[in-house]
Amino acid sequence: MMFLRTALLVLRKDFAIEIKSYEILSTTLFFAVGCVLVFAFALVKEGQAPPDSAAAILWISLLFSGTLALGRTFERERYGETIRALLLAPAPRPALYVGKLLGILCLLGLTEVLLVPLIALLFSAPMLLERLALLVPLLAFGTVGFAAVGTLFAAMLMRARTRDVMLPILLYPITIPVIIAGVRGTSALLASPPDEPTTIMWLAILLCFDVVFVTLSLWTFEPLMTE
Amino acid sequence: MEKVFVPLAVVTAAMFAYAPFAIAQAPYESTMLLIQKIFYFHVPSWMAMYAAIAVCGVASVVHLFKNRPAADRLAVSAAELAVLFGAMGLVTGPLWGRKAWGVWWQWDARLTMALLLELVFISYLLVRTYGGPGSDKLAATVGLFGLAVSPFVYVSVNFWRTVHPLNTVVPTLRTGMLGPFWLCAAAFLLLFALLLMLRTRLATEQAMLDDLYLADEE
Repeated sequence: MMFLRTALLVLRKDFAIEIKSYEILSTTLFFAVGCVLVFAFALVKEGQAPPDSAAAILWISLLFSGTLALGRTFERERYGETIRALLLAPAPRPALYVGKLLGILCLLGLTEVLLVPLIALLFSAPMLLERLALLVPLLAFGTVGFAAVGTLFAAMLMRARTRDVMLPILLYPITIPVIIAGVRGTSALLASPPDEPTTIMWLAILLCFDVVFVTLSLWTFEPLMTE
Repeated sequence: MEKVFVPLAVVTAAMFAYAPFAIAQAPYESTMLLIQKIFYFHVPSWMAMYAAIAVCGVASVVHLFKNRPAADRLAVSAAELAVLFGAMGLVTGPLWGRKAWGVWWQWDARLTMALLLELVFISYLLVRTYGGPGSDKLAATVGLFGLAVSPFVYVSVNFWRTVHPLNTVVPTLRTGMLGPFWLCAAAFLLLFALLLMLRTRLATEQAMLDDLYLADEE
């Protein structure tokens, strides 16, 4: 109970700061749109997007804007030296991690709410209506897997001098399996007719990654943040 | 450690010297003929990489939770060897693939995941080198995640549709092939153990030297 309350308090704190300026939200959303547009310019020829590109662009835009958002979120904690206060609080450390993770998940969720209709529109991908029933869990599981590792790495890189470049270097090799599973699942779903059994298989693989990554992150957050 | 090193090194050298003859004597595989023989070095190098990943992951956990510098030195040595043996696997694989599949590389589940595993350990070394102070704990987490991802690579061939030969190919080898295969596997694992000993000793001596410099300055 205490654990959940601490996590929600951290989340509320982040919301309270963010709501004053909407800095991270607006920059992340704008970056995500920029990403999609760059891919659209690069890939769409004579009004036709290459097959399966919509799924790939959705996930790559999410990966890039997620990396940016992770860096920004912890930069704010580092800049104000508030992370020290947070770590000094008599609260279970994993609860701080969960609070931060929930914040990132909300942010990425909002990004997805913008990205999905945008890509559906620009790439005439059949993402909406009945296919949402499987697309939403795919995106949710994929985002959890990516953000679980991302939050841990961004938190521990806070003190490193080369954090800006180290975050993607460490994060991408480990989370690319999650992105691959997401892309494969999404492109199976967007095929006509939708290949639902394949999507469900990828969904199960994503769930395995989520369980492994969240467990490991909760386990290692405490010893990592002790110094 | 020191006492077993020289005899082990001699045994390993003898095994590697004999391996080409054993491989030459092994019967030809019915469809791939000569090309299949790279298997005797390809699979053992991946076995050595998995051994390195296991050592690195376990040592990382010990360092992360017990704060033992010795475990950290073992982990960084094992990570370097994981990159080395992974590179061997990634070189010998395409050499075979070019003849067997007609292409150097395929974006197939097994190959992609193996490449990613190699990248994870390269990123481990990068964060060790450029991460600055406290990067040992950072790297230990990467090592642990690398260990966690590796079973996905191993099982990927069995579950996902792939063109890579399955893991179950090893027990079904013809009798003449098994001998040379296990000889090579043992030789590679011994080579890994020897290199690990050497590299860990180097790291220990570096740490001792650093301590001496610090003591001298004070």
